[in-house]
Amino acid sequence: MDFSFTEEQNKFRQEVRNFLEEEIKKGYWEPACDAWVQGFDLGFTKRVAQRGWIGLTWPKEYGGQGRSHVDRLILTEEMLRYGAPAACHWFGDRQVGGTILSFGSEELKREFLPRIVKGEAYFGLGMSEPGAGSDLASLQTRAVEDGDYYVINGQKTWASCASFAQYFDVYARTDPEAPRHRGISEFIVDARSPGLSRIPMTDITGTEAWNDVFFDNVRVHKRYLIGEKNRGFYQVLHQLDYERSGMERLMGNYPLFEAIIQFAKDNKLSQEPVIRNKLAQLQIEFEVGRLLIYRVALVMEDGRAPNWESAMSKAYSTEFEKHLAGVAMEVLGPYGQLMSGSKLVPLRGMALHSYLGSKGYSLQAGTTEILKNILAVRGLGLPSS
Amino acid sequence: MKLTLTEEQEMLKKTARDFLADKCSKTFVKQMEESETGYSRELWQEMADLGWMGLAFPERYGGGDMNFLDLAVLLEEMGRACLSGPFFSTVVLGGLPILDVGSEEQKQEYLPKLILGGKIFTLALTEPGYQNYNASSVTVEATPDDGNYIINGTKLFVPDAHIADYLLCVARTKSENEVTIFLADAKNPRINYTILKTIAGDKLCEVVFDQLPVPRANILGQLDQGWSAVQKIIERAVVGKCCEMVGNIQRVLEMTVDYAKERKQFDRPIGSFQAIQHYCADMATDVDGARFSTYQAAWMLSEGLPCIKEVAIAKAWIGEASQHVFALAHQIHGAIGVTIEHDLHFYTRRAKAAELAFGDANFYREVVAREMGL
Repeated sequence: MDFSFTEEQNKFRQEVRNFLEEEIKKGYWEPACDAWVQGFDLGFTKRVAQRGWIGLTWPKEYGGQGRSHVDRLILTEEMLRYGAPAACHWFGDRQVGGTILSFGSEELKREFLPRIVKGEAYFGLGMSEPGAGSDLASLQTRAVEDGDYYVINGQKTWASCASFAQYFDVYARTDPEAPRHRGISEFIVDARSPGLSRIPMTDITGTEAWNDVFFDNVRVHKRYLIGEKNRGFYQVLHQLDYERSGMERLMGNYPLFEAIIQFAKDNKLSQEPVIRNKLAQLQIEFEVGRLLIYRVALVMEDGRAPNWESAMSKAYSTEFEKHLAGVAMEVLGPYGQLMSGSKLVPLRGMALHSYLGSKGYSLQAGTTEILKNILAVRGLGLPSS
Repeated sequence: MKLTLTEEQEMLKKTARDFLADKCSKTFVKQMEESETGYSRELWQEMADLGWMGLAFPERYGGGDMNFLDLAVLLEEMGRACLSGPFFSTVVLGGLPILDVGSEEQKQEYLPKLILGGKIFTLALTEPGYQNYNASSVTVEATPDDGNYIINGTKLFVPDAHIADYLLCVARTKSENEVTIFLADAKNPRINYTILKTIAGDKLCEVVFDQLPVPRANILGQLDQGWSAVQKIIERAVVGKCCEMVGNIQRVLEMTVDYAKERKQFDRPIGSFQAIQHYCADMATDVDGARFSTYQAAWMLSEGLPCIKEVAIAKAWIGEASQHVFALAHQIHGAIGVTIEHDLHFYTRRAKAAELAFGDANFYREVVAREMGL
């Protein structure tokens, strides 16, 4: 065992920190909770791309750097620590690019990967539907072959990064006769396609980070089918394992974590035993979560797809995130209810935003219940229910 | 970064697991709990012959030249087997502190005997009353008298004192924060032992020093300045306990998952019910968190890195985690798990004892709070 980072890794972390601190100093953006999914800043994405920090682990032939998963975790950990607005490239970098790399044709790889790496192609996700949440295999969106094209009809909901996305990663049913897991395919759909429309959804924080996306006879050329026809469900499971593998949930509200500790110190609240105890417990949970997530990166580094390991760390991290927001609200007392923009609002309203926002994160990318099923069945070998 | 064991450590783990599966059955553990001494001389000697006592000591004293991380692997297996006896007292609380601060002469005298299995050591630190593990809580006094120090007072929860050959006794030698570690002959009649009846059936003793003379030459480390050495002893003991607990709760997770696969109700294994699956998933998360935080602390100790915060995190985490693990393990095992015939209680009882040893979760959350600058 070795819990240290190599000298190169430490240097890399410092390089990322220097870059982000410089960005903040120049006033390009302000650290914010959930900025990785809600902070759309094309300039930032381009500057990150210039450093070669998108597609860090991908092969060089597609524009990547061929670096390790631990390196990538260091990079994303720092992005989250500083609350950097990385939403433009996050989904392409984290999961869609990886899916194309794992399952896509050579043509698709050449078309998309170098553009994702350069910060020129932004992806949103089209997985959930009004009737298909945890039971994703029940999705109803149809894709019907028509010559060289598929014609897509249906509705996706809770589509991440949809307002900004140029492309959607869409799962649609291509064989309604087959057993439901075996009749789904995965497509890249241009967001400007005729017949595609999006309507922002407002969540309980007031944020429009998700969309309903409607497909009305949207035509997609067959070369934008990712992987094999009717294998989409297996591909999405793989992609979700990667979606869950990172620090996003543990550190999605990290700026709040730092701020509430500082707030407690500044207001002498940190001398109260109950508050000391609660903040220390958060620190303990944070550091343990970090180890669970580094384990996932090491699994990937071993050349295995993470599965129950990322289910564990994601389920764990969303609980941490809620716990942090809950403690922050307690520490702030009645001031916690003040909304961003209100007179007297503490910590720029981060605690309230996170308190409300964290309710949704144990639902997306696999509910905590689904994740625990995965951990129990795949990790512990318990019989399927 | 690497979270797996080396090939050598895997081998050590396997040897230890096989040996203990053979020699340390639950029948044996029960016998040891009921016996006066709490250990088997024969098994003790076999462990010494395997090189376990000497594992983490330098070769020049007869040791195996391995490090604390290797010892951590062994301690985990001992926790997994609920091993009874004075290994922890002798090696973690006695021998390694001598290696830390003893003079070369002391090391030469005591370590080879310890390593060969000839002598048993323990640490007399805790005292009656609330323990906050700082120097000012030490009230047992040692007063100079010619070439000796005379020790007076009562120590509590001293493991294996009744069978020990030597006691490392932490006593106050000057003002409030000035303490000294003495290496006392545990067989001296001026020491009285009472074995306490404990939840784990281990042998924790009340130890009363009644005018015990200890030669000045038996001071371990620096006179009056012993507290930093004591802190190191506690730090190592905490991590050692965490290692045992990792072995304990890992085994309990496995037992529980196995039971959930086998036990049928409503014509299906109870492990196919989501309620049970989620309990098991929660247990696995607690156990993995315990494993990584414990090994992080063990690795840092082994590397000689400062690790006050990491040690505190490991103990605080595992204190809470083991409570969750046992609540769920018993719930899933159902009624069979609360019978004395079933093995689960061996683990339940030991985990509680380990949780309380050297500071509980609340105690270490406060340490973390200080380390955070709160």
